[in-house]
Amino acid sequence: MSSTDMNNAGDTSTFVTDWSADKQTYHVPWGKAMMWLFLVSDTFIFTCFLVGYLHVRRTTTDPWPYPSEVFALEMFGHNLPLILIAIMTFILITSSGTMALAVRYANFRDKQKIFWFMAVTALFGASFVGMQVFEWTKLISEGVRPWSNPFGAPQFGSIFFMVTGFHGLHVSIGVLYLLIVANKIRRGDYDKKGNYEIVEIVGLYWHFVDLVWVFIFAFFYLW
Amino acid sequence: MDTAAEQDHHPIGIYLKVWTLLFVLSIASYMVDYFDFQGLLRWTLIITFMLLKAGFIMAVFMHLMWERMALVGTILGPPLALLFLIGFMLSEGNNIFDARVDHFGQPEAAERIHVADVLGKNH
Repeated sequence: MSSTDMNNAGDTSTFVTDWSADKQTYHVPWGKAMMWLFLVSDTFIFTCFLVGYLHVRRTTTDPWPYPSEVFALEMFGHNLPLILIAIMTFILITSSGTMALAVRYANFRDKQKIFWFMAVTALFGASFVGMQVFEWTKLISEGVRPWSNPFGAPQFGSIFFMVTGFHGLHVSIGVLYLLIVANKIRRGDYDKKGNYEIVEIVGLYWHFVDLVWVFIFAFFYLW
Repeated sequence: MDTAAEQDHHPIGIYLKVWTLLFVLSIASYMVDYFDFQGLLRWTLIITFMLLKAGFIMAVFMHLMWERMALVGTILGPPLALLFLIGFMLSEGNNIFDARVDHFGQPEAAERIHVADVLGKNH
């Protein structure tokens, strides 16, 4: 397949030719196709969590706590609603931006820049997890448990710990994944073949973690 | 197959623009909460900002707008089934809620608890 054929992105006629051709369907490196399939399956897992949340929130007759008050924080002498969650959102978006740049420099095989942008992305990810630890500690000290809490419906605690915990686990694994690949790049493991596809694959995972947060932010924190 | 060569033409500007846009959209959705918009307006704004953010992340950061339709269809098609799950569980949830109110005497609109009333005014 020549490179001009590859640029028919968004052209629906390629859909039929790719599926009907008696050969491989997806014209991407296999690692990338596998990462996408994993992310699609992960989408189902996170959606099940969020639908479970929708269901308990809809069915409970207990009052739901005010998320913007529960996650408020005293800063600079003001009581700011939901401020830590907002900062965590900005950090994750910024990390997605630095990751996108790392992927871009992978196209130019610029090892120095790939390494540093991935390292910065990992640093943002680690600080996100750190803030989540702070958030959990604060809520636990205020008496929020997976089975009860002083602010209303007990389901609030179970959903909070399960959804943010599972997302935080994804971020933590992402940080490790980033650091391992960044280190391999710095060490020159990919020099021989000059193949930096792995950066785009790590990038897909990282952007997905950011994507999931967009939905958690909207449905759990802003509802 | 050289995917790197195919993507060399992405200018850095598009990433920076989308990055800025995601920031602005996040600030906007935070403002919805800060100014305490309620009701239909709140939901229209939150869902709109959410879908715009998700769309830009997938289209540009995850390169979906540059992928062939066979892959895009595989990624975006199956999750459509989830819309049915959401619809079913929402309608089922409404039934359960009604049953609890109608048959178990549970309150239809319980008084919500302010955090300051539990922890004191300093929180």
